[in-house]
Amino acid sequence: MIAGLAVAALLWEGYKAAGDPEGTVLFGVRVLPRADDLSMPHLWTIGRRLADPEMTGGRPVWLVVLQACLFTLGITAAGFAAGTVIGLVLAAAMQRFRIVERGLLPYVVLSQTVPLVALAPLIAGWGGTLMPPWATVSVIAAYLAFFPVAVGMLRGLQSPSAGGVELMRSYAAGWWRTLVKLRFPAALPYLFPALRLAGAAAVVGAVVGEISTGTRGGIGRLIIEYSREATSDPAKVYTAMLGAALLGLLVAGAVSLLELPLMRHRRHVEVATL
Amino acid sequence: MTAVVVDNVTKVFNRGRSDEVPALTDVNLTVGDGEFVSLIGPSGCGKSTLLRLIADLIEPTSGTVTVAGRPASQARREQEYGIAFQQAGLFEWRTVRRNVELPLELRGVSKAERRAKAEEMLELVGLADFAGHYPGQLSGGMQQRVAIARALAVQPPLLLMDEPFGALDEMTRERLQSELLGICAKTGTSTVFVTHSIAEAVFLSGRVVVMSARPGRITASIEVELPSRDEAGRQAPAYFEKITEVRQALRS
Ligand SMILES: Nc1ncnc2c1ncn2[C@@H]1O[C@H](COP(=O)(O)OP(=O)(O)OP(=O)(O)O)[C@@H](O)[C@H]1O
Ligand SMILES: [Mg+2]
Repeated sequence: MIAGLAVAALLWEGYKAAGDPEGTVLFGVRVLPRADDLSMPHLWTIGRRLADPEMTGGRPVWLVVLQACLFTLGITAAGFAAGTVIGLVLAAAMQRFRIVERGLLPYVVLSQTVPLVALAPLIAGWGGTLMPPWATVSVIAAYLAFFPVAVGMLRGLQSPSAGGVELMRSYAAGWWRTLVKLRFPAALPYLFPALRLAGAAAVVGAVVGEISTGTRGGIGRLIIEYSREATSDPAKVYTAMLGAALLGLLVAGAVSLLELPLMRHRRHVEVATL
Repeated sequence: MTAVVVDNVTKVFNRGRSDEVPALTDVNLTVGDGEFVSLIGPSGCGKSTLLRLIADLIEPTSGTVTVAGRPASQARREQEYGIAFQQAGLFEWRTVRRNVELPLELRGVSKAERRAKAEEMLELVGLADFAGHYPGQLSGGMQQRVAIARALAVQPPLLLMDEPFGALDEMTRERLQSELLGICAKTGTSTVFVTHSIAEAVFLSGRVVVMSARPGRITASIEVELPSRDEAGRQAPAYFEKITEVRQALRS
């Protein structure tokens, strides 16, 4: 991971050094972005910006970003957890009843094609009446997160061989016990990649949700605020983006923490969750 | 009371479709209490299908299956039998010990008891040292032995075994054959045993049931009396006579 970060930093600075400051334009279409200081500030500029106060006399930027991260992390975690639970329940229901699978799966897929910007105002309307405003953002995060879990888990629950299912039948185990003893453990190799996708989706959902519902205090809001100052203070918006990336890493780390003890003795199946 | 009664059973897979398979026709089979019956026949003649019918894993197209005096479905719910099938079918996320414990766990046996039983069974199949391993770390034959230990762990009144020794070397196979006979004799377990080996069928069984394919049906039922079921038994003239008899029945 450290190596990955180093490579990313090298690519950034490398492109800055080698790329055309005005960007590369082919047939009137800009195929490569501008590499000037306004579009791509040096990493050290961004680093320095983190240490400086947000506004003259204000708190340092890193503290503001960190606080915003924590706020958004709470929203993301709530959305991720809710989305995971919904995804698991849907997957179990679809596994249990073929009719549910056939009736529901197309809608599960369809749900992800509804543009978030169209949905956000509707959900934002629940804020203050049905739930506190921050929870509406969690709903949006959950809405994006449940999908990979539902689809991945369904495949996992359907993965045991006929032999395993027959064995449980010979033990007179019903659906629930077969689920607990056979299907769920068998599904774990499918679940974790799905959880990773869901975690990333929850972060995106939370950030975009904050922006489109106008929720204050989170990293999404900060990105919008700082990007307004992009012309005068280009490094500032990148500090907020670093914060968003940090969130993604945190969530991925949490999934790995869960995965490590559970998957130590397991073969890792190659799965494309979608 | 009889352990198993298969009465006029016919099984057709995919009935009414273009890929219809008549797997069994008019099969009648009775297994007495404590009796050891082997099923032998060419590949695809319906041995596994017959075993699965007795286990109520599939339902007959017509006819009835009775286990321990009850309909097969009720007997399954009451856990009247243990199975060890062609594929070991171990759960890869459980250690060997916990695989053997699985049926005990589902019956609500206490943890200490489960553990003791599992250890005992693993000792029996010669895998005591591998209790903490995962199935992925074992050879095919070792996995098969774990599956046998798992089937024996609950000491079921009826054992259904589908080529359980297929993946084993000759030495292990003979040792497990003797162990199996010992267990069955000691506990009075009735057994239906599918095998491809004529010698194995004759050595183990009180009766060898010969089947033929297309359509799958029972063509002969040969009683086996051996002076003893041990090394001497494998040398006895009666043993070789029966082997010849079964071979001829398979040919015709
Ligand atoms: N689930 C199924 N669906 C359709 N056909 C099946 C099914 N199971 C078995 N058959 C068919 O039933 C016939 C008997 O199969 P079965 O597995 O009982 O044979 P077998 O005697 O056990 O063979 P082997 O010795 O190779 O294990 C075969 O022709 C097989 O194709
Ligand atoms: Mg078979």
